[in-house]
Amino acid sequence: MKQGDSRRTWDSQMKRDMPEETIDQGGSPAMAHVVQPGLDTSHGVILYVENVTVSFDGLKALNELTLYLNAGELRCLIGPNGAGKTTLLDVITGKTRPDTGTVFFGNNLDLTQLSEYDIALAGIGRKFQRPTVFHGHTVSENLELAMQANKKVWHSLLARLSRQQRERIASTAETIGLIEQLSTRAGLLSHGQKQWLELGMLLIQDPQLLLVDEPVAGMTHQETDRTAELLISLAGKHTVVVVEHDMEFVRSLARTVTVLHEGSVLAEGSMEEVQSDPRVVEVYLGA
Amino acid sequence: MSSPVSETAAEPLVAGAPAEPHERTGSVLTSLMRLHSRGEWVLIGLLVVLGVIVIPGLNLLPADSALHFPDYLIPLLGKFMCYALVALAVDLIWGYAGILSLGHGVFFALGGYAMGMYLMRAIGTEGVYRSELPDFMVFLDWKELPWYWYGFSNFGFALGMALFVPGILAYIFGFFAFRSRIRGVYFSIITQAMTYALMLLFFRNDTGFGGNNGLTDFKRLLGFSLQAPTTKLGLYVTSVVVLALAYLTCRYLVTSKLGRVLMAVRDAESRLMFCGYNPHSYKLFLWTLSAMLCGLAGALYVPQVGIINPSEMQPANSIEMAIWVAVGGRGTLSGALLGAFLVNGVKSWCTAALPYLWLYILGALFIVVTLFLPRGVAGLLRWPARAQTDETRG
Amino acid sequence: MKRDRDRDRDRGKGVPLCLHSLSQFSISVSFLFLSLILLLGLPSSSGATTEGKDLASLLHGLGAKSRRDVRQAITALGRLNDPAALPALEALGERRLRVDEAGLVSIKGEDGSLRDALSGETVELDEAALRTPRINNAVRRALRPVIAQLQLYAPDVGVRLAAAEELIKRPRPEMTDPLQAALERETEAAVRDVLAVALAQMQLQSEDQTARLAAIRLIGESGNLGLRPQLEALVATQEDGSFAEDDPEVRAAAEAALSSFERTQFLINSLGNLFYGTSLGSVLLLAALGLGITFGLMGVINMAHGEMLMLGAYASYVVQGVFQERFPAWFDWYLAVAVPAAFGVCLLTGMILERGVIRFLYGRPLETLLATWGISLVLIQSVRLIFGAQNVQVANPAWLSGGIEVLYGVVLPYSRLAIILFVALVVGLVWLILQRTRLGVQVRAVTQNRPMAACMGISAGRVDMWTFGLGSGIAGLGGVALSQIGNVGPELGRLYIVDSFMVVVLGGVGNIAGTVVGALSLGLVNKILEPVAGAVLGKIGVLIFIVLFIQQRPQGLFALKGRLAES
Repeated sequence: MKQGDSRRTWDSQMKRDMPEETIDQGGSPAMAHVVQPGLDTSHGVILYVENVTVSFDGLKALNELTLYLNAGELRCLIGPNGAGKTTLLDVITGKTRPDTGTVFFGNNLDLTQLSEYDIALAGIGRKFQRPTVFHGHTVSENLELAMQANKKVWHSLLARLSRQQRERIASTAETIGLIEQLSTRAGLLSHGQKQWLELGMLLIQDPQLLLVDEPVAGMTHQETDRTAELLISLAGKHTVVVVEHDMEFVRSLARTVTVLHEGSVLAEGSMEEVQSDPRVVEVYLGA
Repeated sequence: MSSPVSETAAEPLVAGAPAEPHERTGSVLTSLMRLHSRGEWVLIGLLVVLGVIVIPGLNLLPADSALHFPDYLIPLLGKFMCYALVALAVDLIWGYAGILSLGHGVFFALGGYAMGMYLMRAIGTEGVYRSELPDFMVFLDWKELPWYWYGFSNFGFALGMALFVPGILAYIFGFFAFRSRIRGVYFSIITQAMTYALMLLFFRNDTGFGGNNGLTDFKRLLGFSLQAPTTKLGLYVTSVVVLALAYLTCRYLVTSKLGRVLMAVRDAESRLMFCGYNPHSYKLFLWTLSAMLCGLAGALYVPQVGIINPSEMQPANSIEMAIWVAVGGRGTLSGALLGAFLVNGVKSWCTAALPYLWLYILGALFIVVTLFLPRGVAGLLRWPARAQTDETRG
Repeated sequence: MKRDRDRDRDRGKGVPLCLHSLSQFSISVSFLFLSLILLLGLPSSSGATTEGKDLASLLHGLGAKSRRDVRQAITALGRLNDPAALPALEALGERRLRVDEAGLVSIKGEDGSLRDALSGETVELDEAALRTPRINNAVRRALRPVIAQLQLYAPDVGVRLAAAEELIKRPRPEMTDPLQAALERETEAAVRDVLAVALAQMQLQSEDQTARLAAIRLIGESGNLGLRPQLEALVATQEDGSFAEDDPEVRAAAEAALSSFERTQFLINSLGNLFYGTSLGSVLLLAALGLGITFGLMGVINMAHGEMLMLGAYASYVVQGVFQERFPAWFDWYLAVAVPAAFGVCLLTGMILERGVIRFLYGRPLETLLATWGISLVLIQSVRLIFGAQNVQVANPAWLSGGIEVLYGVVLPYSRLAIILFVALVVGLVWLILQRTRLGVQVRAVTQNRPMAACMGISAGRVDMWTFGLGSGIAGLGGVALSQIGNVGPELGRLYIVDSFMVVVLGGVGNIAGTVVGALSLGLVNKILEPVAGAVLGKIGVLIFIVLFIQQRPQGLFALKGRLAES
């Protein structure tokens, strides 16, 4: 079905600046631990993607892709359009099922067998390419919904926020600079604020693995810098994967870079190594 | 393309009790009080007093008194209460979870049939054929009661079935439909197909529910004659009370975290999944609950109108239920109630006064409301229409 | 016979699939043919001269006052087996026989002239003084097999065939010899086969065991289901449990023949189901094809689509009425006007709806659903006010009435055959329009990427209007088809809307091949389930099937996977 929202433009709202507040450097209770109980990362690897192939009508979006992520790592995924970056995130979060190959979270969780929500509950959070928040809800409610809690029906029916939980919502809102907007409806936020809100929802969900798809699209320079700082501060305690087109931003993160091309890993290494790789230059950077 | 209800056009949230759910848990009473602001509670109280005390009181005045409330209006009002209950159920699932059901007529009719079966059994041997069996079975030359009629001579059992049967049907149907991620219009179409199929089933004589004549000629309910004005009054008062309780239950539901999750289902289902919620079980819960409410409405409806037949299951009826909610303003419970009263009031008047025009009016309502009043009358009255409509996302 | 609601609408129209209907049809043809012979004064066979006297006196007997005498004369004529008696017998059955005071029998021709029953020469008689012999059912019963018997001599193969079939249906022991004679004389293989069966039927009660066994075998091989009761009588048990038939060999042979009948019956049923399934499927396809365009390509859920069918059907009703009134000579060709008229009416209605209502609701499918439902209410009520709430009947042109019998008992009505062809044609045309014309390219461009198409200078609004009009127009064509196989009423569309949506959902959205396969398979499944489970349970079964099917393939049979499907 075609959808109306593809035609909606955000340009008019992109220009607004974010309030200038310092980032809470990991002091919030949201970032207290790296690994949830029950997840086995004894080998230091948190995500195993092995020989994954996904094809849409004959077109191979992912082709025998193999990728490992170490616990606590900050990894950047780059690649030209159609390289399979978003499809890879779709496979990890259960939105798309691979035709062949395995995806394991830690040593023991087979992600290809789990539904999207089970994967989210297992500790993988995702931020979409286009900011996706609950427009009808306030910022505070958005955070409340994302916050770690028992997310079953009957529990929700009787749930009330505890003091601790409200404090956590407030501190997260402060981190993302939306403390003033706590009772503003998310639909009324600017594009950049929505980006932040979604990041905040990711933070309060407190996943071990964060998948961040183009976090700085449409952000100003200042906002981009703040996002970079935030992501760097998350690494170590969390494992972060950033998909980004903006090379400046990737360079500012200065971590391991994986280059995807036509559904497979083309090169992997530091930004400098990748940039000097002749194949990468040919397919991507050289152009 | 912009939808008339874009988020930028919406006003900032009106401050009120429901907007601030972040309160400390207190006693049952305080959590109940939190459902509405003080002014709203007063209004609700007044309406309930009007429905339960004032109108019956006026009705009990002698017939020649100027203030006498006419007898014939009592079952009519009772009927409206049942429709309003249906509107609540439809609004719950459509206004808050974005699922437009075209099958609520079936749940309503199933509840009605369950009650109708009790009323048939309660006739005893006073039927035309003086038989233990309901008349239509004698007519069809059936010798004994089909197994699925067992137990319906017990009122409690029948009432339970009025809730349980629609609930089970909805649960099974919803389980499969939600699991396969049928949503939006697809879900609506499938529910309509279900409605159609069940209607055909109930039209058959062999199905054992009286074929196209349905169940009728009821005599008494729990020993009270259905013809007696006092019984009618009692049924009406029961309807008002049930409606008020159902309203409060729904109100609690939509202001709880569950309600917020459901609205999130409506606005961005996939985001919600990546937050770790299983939207299917939420939808299934609400869908089943909504069907049971509808069944309850049907059970209250049948003794007041004295008949239940398969034409209640016509797909057109189910769609009409949606328009009650759309006229009132979906996403607001009070709007749904208002819409049910408005549309049915106009219908009652019009089908008597200008029968040829009614379908035109109804058709025009469908068109006008969707084109010009996406938030219904409630939107016009600028009620705190917090639940805004946005089908495009999702 | 159990029929579903749709087929109920066929009653009194078209030719329902049932046994016997064809033979009635051929009988009437043979009557027609014989009257022709009669007018030409043709038959005057050699037998008439040698036994002329007997024949003449027996023909006299046809004019007897006592009906018993008439019956006896008829039987005697049958024994005589002289085709020259046929015109008189024919005339008796049609009350065209006249008797004067002297008992002289003459035949009144269609032009009003009187001819002598025997010689065929015109006679001058005062008609007022003539008496018409009165006949009753007993006379008719006696008459029919004798006429059929004499028709075995007719020069036309079709008449002989029909006559032989008539004799199978009304066997008389005294027929054995004439049948034997006819069989020896007959050269046409098809007629021989039928005659052999007719003869075998006579021989079932013969004294000779071998003759009986041969007869049973022959009947079994013929697959003539009309003879089933005779065979069943052979294997039946009496009240005391003993067999009605003493000879065990005969019983065994009859059992074998009956089981061969079972197979034939099954074949016939399957063929019938196949045909009616295809027929239902093709009607569904016409209904769903337009929906496949408006819902599948444009994403507009049009609940008033069924009413487009209804409008198309009423358009052909109006055209038919005009032809009946004004151009009765051209009545057989009214469909040539009705088809474009229905298409035009629905195209226009569709375009008005799109511009007036639907375009404001793009991207809001649920609202579109409700608004178009409102439109359907208005359309239904308007038609009710204009044409009345009662069903109206649309007459078939002559060339669409009747049908061909492909097997014993399987009649394919021409109207349904024509619809299948018509649907194939429309599907081909739609495919061509979408694939090969400018409009088609623009439609696909707009449905795939609207802003981009607009940038390329395509007026998206205009394309929407035409696309929607096209989808509605096709529904109008469906209405014409429906008017040929059933009655037309204001609620006609309601019967098809649910099924049409099921077809589109099953076939996958936005895909013509899927719609075609979906419609045909739904039609077939419906018709196959119907005799097993009954119409209603069959429908419910189909619904459950679709819901379960969508579990496995949410995108339908043929829909795209991947990014396109997600967006």
